[in-house]
Amino acid sequence: MAVLIVAEHDNSELKPATLHAVTAGLAMGGGLDLLVAGHDCAGVAEQAAAVAGVGTVKVADAPEYANGLAENMARLLVQVAADYTHVVAPATTFGKDVMPRAAALLDTQQVSDISEVVDADTFVRPIYAGNALATVQSSDAVKLITVRTTAFEAAETGSGTGTVAALGATGDAGLSRYVGSELSSSERPELTSARVVISGGRGMQSGENFPLIEAVADRLGAAVGASRAAVDAGYVPNDYQVGQTGKVVAPELYIAVGISGAIQHLAGMKDSKVIVAINKDEEAPIFQVADYGLVADLFKAVPELEEELERQGYGT
Amino acid sequence: MKVLVPVKRVIDYNVKARVKADQTGIELANVKMSMNPFDEISVEEALRLREAGIAEEVVAVSIGEQKCQETIRTALAMGADRGIHVLHDGETEPLAVAKILRALAEKEEPKVIILGKQAIDDDCNQTGQMLAALLGWGQATFISRLEISGDAVSATREVDGGLQNIELALPVILTTDLRLNEPRYASLPNIMKAKRKPIDQYTPEDLEVDPSPRLRVLQVVEPPGREAGVKVETVAELVDKLRNDAKVI
Repeated sequence: MAVLIVAEHDNSELKPATLHAVTAGLAMGGGLDLLVAGHDCAGVAEQAAAVAGVGTVKVADAPEYANGLAENMARLLVQVAADYTHVVAPATTFGKDVMPRAAALLDTQQVSDISEVVDADTFVRPIYAGNALATVQSSDAVKLITVRTTAFEAAETGSGTGTVAALGATGDAGLSRYVGSELSSSERPELTSARVVISGGRGMQSGENFPLIEAVADRLGAAVGASRAAVDAGYVPNDYQVGQTGKVVAPELYIAVGISGAIQHLAGMKDSKVIVAINKDEEAPIFQVADYGLVADLFKAVPELEEELERQGYGT
Repeated sequence: MKVLVPVKRVIDYNVKARVKADQTGIELANVKMSMNPFDEISVEEALRLREAGIAEEVVAVSIGEQKCQETIRTALAMGADRGIHVLHDGETEPLAVAKILRALAEKEEPKVIILGKQAIDDDCNQTGQMLAALLGWGQATFISRLEISGDAVSATREVDGGLQNIELALPVILTTDLRLNEPRYASLPNIMKAKRKPIDQYTPEDLEVDPSPRLRVLQVVEPPGREAGVKVETVAELVDKLRNDAKVI
């Protein structure tokens, strides 16, 4: 039994998603190592060694890993996987891109997006937009697994005593080339790790109305999300999308504004601790999962909410 | 140039899946089935490549029971030229599907294969990446923009923090995200025309692929439900509840 966690990072910082994958990996039993593949990523390796529970941090530092391209990452994973029974990554767009490619090269049927570790071979994963939970057992020699980050706590950092070991590089597959990124720049917290999330749906009517919920977000230190309908309608970029086909979030507080509550949206937020729905249609399915429902016109209620929060001293 | 588009028959996205009483799976009898929504986007993108003169032929493929031919007919009605059906009753896992598609790709020799990023039934998000690995091709997953010029492929990917641009060369595997395009509806004349378009049929054995599942499904259950909460009358009451009862702000 030996578990390898594939670290997600940007060559300078370890992404928090990795810490949730570590917790899932520790539940699988056996020793746990971390793989940091990147370029000029020594700082990440140091952070990784400080994660509680990590044995060895294996570092592959070469230009072909700089941007996490799946073709190059999968070649490396195939080589490294020989020493492990489990290779685990967070179910982020990085993990979703890389892991199945490595799984196919290893002739392994990957287990995607697990929400629970039953034992070393057996995992629970949501299917059908979270309307069912399947318990599946894998008998593959090396198991490739992606982890739903909201289902596992983040591993502690700072106290770990991992050692760092260098790996040889596997070369550039020459199949794809990174050109550049256009990352959303925001002062607000990241959607998947925010304590409070406020999302807008079709009811927002236009992207120009999103500042209404952004104002509330800034009072509460919240991240801003959106339903698929709002993304489809072009109000906001796709990386705002919460749902089956977007991001899965489970904050302490989720505020759904002008969102009807389609199955595919509920799949992405129904594990939130407290759910608030603001919608003028009192029959909207979102009210069936909301702890607190306010039947009201959002264009009146949301500015009122912002004023009330201001009056009570939030965000000042 | 030929484009291959795998399409999956899944429970319609508007239908709430119900767990079978014996907890072995999902109730699919008498449930409305449709083409996986991301696969509609794939078909649309393939048709646009043909309309732009980049592709000559669009071939829709589906793997599964006999009724998958309905899903292939949907793709043909949208405008695909012909279909391939690989008949297989029972579960299909992404790795087996990728192996079947590899065998078909070796027969058909497409330059581009476009798949949906995930099927909305098993929510695996694996098949395209696995197929790319088995064929040794480059992959552009979760794309929202595509340009093909000669052998050069330029794509924008939807990633967690925003967008990522990459370049590849043909042949290539693409998986589609929501904003790539808006799929067309099939017109009535095209639905009629689709009935005369050819569908070839194979079995996994014809293609020398063992489709048996690797994973054992021990049980399928409903997730714990959420109780509906209370209605509040005013914004002030809402803030009070969040602050003093739920204590989350």
